[in-house]
Amino acid sequence: MGITQILFWFLTVLALASAIVVVTAKSPVYSILALIVTFFSISGHYILMNAQFLAIVNIIVYAGAIMVLFLFVVMLMNLNAASEPSKNRILQFIGLISGGCLFLVILAAFMRSDLANSMVQMNEGNAGLIKNLGKALFNDYVIPFEISSVLFLSAMIGAVLIGKKE
Amino acid sequence: MLIAIDLAMILVKLVLIVIVVMASLLIAMYATYAERKVAAVLQDRRGPNRAGPFGILQPVADGIKLFFKEEIIPNLSSKFLFILGPSMAMLTAIMTSAIVPWGDTIHLFGRDISLQIADVNVGILYVFAVVSMGVYGIMIGSWASNNKYSLMGGLRAASQIISYELAMGITIISLLMVTGTLSLKEMVIQQQQGAWNVFYQPLGFLLFLICAFAECNRTPFDLSEAENELIGGYHTEYSSMKLGFYLFSEYINMFISSVIMSTLFFGGYDVLPFVDESAWGLSQNWMAIIGLAALMIKVVCFLFLFMWVRWTIPRFRYDQLMNLGWRILIPLALLNMLVTGLVVLLKMNHWHF
Repeated sequence: MGITQILFWFLTVLALASAIVVVTAKSPVYSILALIVTFFSISGHYILMNAQFLAIVNIIVYAGAIMVLFLFVVMLMNLNAASEPSKNRILQFIGLISGGCLFLVILAAFMRSDLANSMVQMNEGNAGLIKNLGKALFNDYVIPFEISSVLFLSAMIGAVLIGKKE
Repeated sequence: MLIAIDLAMILVKLVLIVIVVMASLLIAMYATYAERKVAAVLQDRRGPNRAGPFGILQPVADGIKLFFKEEIIPNLSSKFLFILGPSMAMLTAIMTSAIVPWGDTIHLFGRDISLQIADVNVGILYVFAVVSMGVYGIMIGSWASNNKYSLMGGLRAASQIISYELAMGITIISLLMVTGTLSLKEMVIQQQQGAWNVFYQPLGFLLFLICAFAECNRTPFDLSEAENELIGGYHTEYSSMKLGFYLFSEYINMFISSVIMSTLFFGGYDVLPFVDESAWGLSQNWMAIIGLAALMIKVVCFLFLFMWVRWTIPRFRYDQLMNLGWRILIPLALLNMLVTGLVVLLKMNHWHF
């Protein structure tokens, strides 16, 4: 067992365990903290696949910005375990069935695909390095990139407009 | 062999990590002493002078005092989160030191040892990621205190850090346009061969400096612990060494941001600008040691600047702080970025439109 495999198993177990805690935790603050741990372990997986830029951006954007926003909202609204609304039994049942269906579809899709029998390639490939990523974005995918930038800009302007309205 | 690991490499890195963390803690410890001495000089006092000669043992005495104080954990708070808060603050403060190039490679025991724990190729983005993690220590601690005043202090501190992170990020982008690399080591090598980045990015350096002051919660941006308007900021409920961790992480942050500023803008372990050090004919190890000393001198100058400003300039009001961040620093950073981009593009095009 090389150090890569040890890290892989460690990160996998960590990601799955913390993801389960996200769903089962009573207090929303603990859920958010567990979600941050999940993001970190997924970033670890990205690093194992040599996609360092993706890993660090995942941490900056999701763990560093979006989760802080979540934490802000939860803390300001003071969503404690006591004030959590009790969920409907039927609603829980429906959720269980639809979640199971989604899981089945994903599983079936992966079983049929070419990737079914191949392992993840570790420490290989340099598509995730920032130089190659930048070249690909600005040469081959300029138009989608610019369109998504315009989308972000419009979302930002929309957020400012909503914030200005008293 | 079941586990195929280069043990010697791990050992070297482990020793390096221990040395760097210990040195950061020691320097932060004596930064508290230096702060009190600088304050005393600026206010025409003597400062600490009882513990040891020139009061040199004062930080040790302070530490012992904090350890022996009663530890109070609020009844209705989550104990785990209450302890996690200061631990996170300390962890994120120390983590940044992993990618700082402290010096050139030295040759010891037949091995070339780089005085840098990890040369990751996303270097400066790693620093940015860790800085954005720094908010959690404050937010978790303030929320777990189960006290409205702590929560308000925590929210103030968090929104201040988030606001100034933006201007800092845009400033870093314009610096990256000049250097063309994210790795701190390569930035230092470029500055050794050419000029220091501060000559290319004077406005960028000024903006970065202001943002660093705000990120470290130092005066004039220490709104989160404004003693005369808040009870005590986010650490109101904390006592003993947990309070010590919060206060101490500020000094580690100060030290690390001084190191980052020296590395990004003042050549890191480069001794003198516009001088070719390799012509001095010194051996590799001596050059590494002189480089480390040069870096430390720059860091001490920055630390002194931090303290000088603290005891000279009064703090901002909260709306002034937000105005400065959003209405002045971010537009200036954007302007700096656009001008830098234009000049870099012109230079690549050999000064033709």
